Amino acid sequence: MRLPEAEIAAVVKQISGSDVKKCMKCGKCSATCPAYGEMRFHPHQFVTMVARGRVDELLKDETVARCLSCFACVERCPRGVEPANVVAAIRVIAEREQGGSNFVPDEVPGLIEADGEIPQQALVSAFRRYRK
Amino acid sequence: MTYSYYPGCTLKTKAKDLDFYGRECARALGVELEEIEEWQCCGAVYPVVRDEIATKLSAVRALMAARDEGRELLTLCSACHHVLTRVNHDMLTDPDVRAKANNYLKPQVPYAGETKVVHYLQMLRDEVGFDVLAKAVKNPLKGRKIGAYYGCLLLRPSKVMAFDDPEDPRIIEDFIKALGATPVVYAMRNECCGGYVTLKSEEQSRENVQRIIKNARNHGAEELITACPLCMYNLRKFGDGGMRIEYITELLYEALGLGSVQEPGTGADAGTPADAVCGAGLKS
Ligand code: SF4
Ligand code: SF4
Repeated sequence: MRLPEAEIAAVVKQISGSDVKKCMKCGKCSATCPAYGEMRFHPHQFVTMVARGRVDELLKDETVARCLSCFACVERCPRGVEPANVVAAIRVIAEREQGGSNFVPDEVPGLIEADGEIPQQALVSAFRRYRK
Repeated sequence: MTYSYYPGCTLKTKAKDLDFYGRECARALGVELEEIEEWQCCGAVYPVVRDEIATKLSAVRALMAARDEGRELLTLCSACHHVLTRVNHDMLTDPDVRAKANNYLKPQVPYAGETKVVHYLQMLRDEVGFDVLAKAVKNPLKGRKIGAYYGCLLLRPSKVMAFDDPEDPRIIEDFIKALGATPVVYAMRNECCGGYVTLKSEEQSRENVQRIIKNARNHGAEELITACPLCMYNLRKFGDGGMRIEYITELLYEALGLGSVQEPGTGADAGTPADAVCGAGLKS
């Protein structure tokens, strides 16, 4: 059974370790985000929506995987909110659900055949980022 | 000085050049790198969420191995450095992670983040000294205009990484200067190449790389250097070919007069990506 939205929001707060209430809505995180144009919701929206307990929409959105984990938003947030950690928590919770994995080992042979230069680091990180 | 050395999976396979030239140069500079035994892949991505434990254990094992040898742990790959430094910080500051990791690994002496993780560049700056390095240069790279590509992983989050000023770093520029070349400072040297999404969102990575290379060129850079195999892959794949991209250790090897480095693709990098996935061939 799926947890109610408010409880999932509490989990997000807990495992992200981010104090979303500290956000002053300056938008600096989203202004600096290199994935701004790729993600449906932007870092400041993740923070605000989680603060309000609205996580269902975030969890349904696949573009969360476009976050680069570059930590620019963390570095440049003047309030120490760590938006990337909130984004990561949402991504991980979605991936932990049954069928939530977005990368399967069967994809690897085709990828390597298409590009023999792919470094191990790219494959290992894909397993880490797109699977539970 | 002798360091425990953690090469990481990619330096054993696709990024053999980063490793090989790094070892050769360290030897020439009188620094011993002793590879820790039976290390495992660090996972390449730091698990940000707090309830992840299993994904941090291989890093803890490596940190503990260095502690047991009584040495600092030296890294070369930006991603390994990022993961090991952050997991170590967790072991030092987060009692929950520390307790669970120790319960799981059951080491003879519990680990609490004692190891100091040092990046190769920090070793050059703080142990060798850039002034001493400059004197060891036999083949100064005069007239070469080189841009440092830092990317994200070495610098951020600066509170934990404590590598350099996250917005105005200078360690690689000072390194370039020590080798007799001219460092080119450009705005996007600490912006992300899109490394982690390169397999799933290729276009996103391409756009990032092209912006970075254009920016570097506009500031006068004629070549770029990096310490990250994933940045290297992206920069070479999505760059326009006109910008030469090298590892920091290749540049160092050349400047120390140890020999010429081979063209990309013809050197030691013969491993297949499958090596990493099945975990084979990690020990040298
Ligand atoms: S930068 Fe920080 S304070 Fe500003 S909107 Fe983003 S999370 Fe909130
Ligand atoms: S970590 Fe993700 S959300 Fe934050 S700036 Fe980078 S891409 Fe954007």
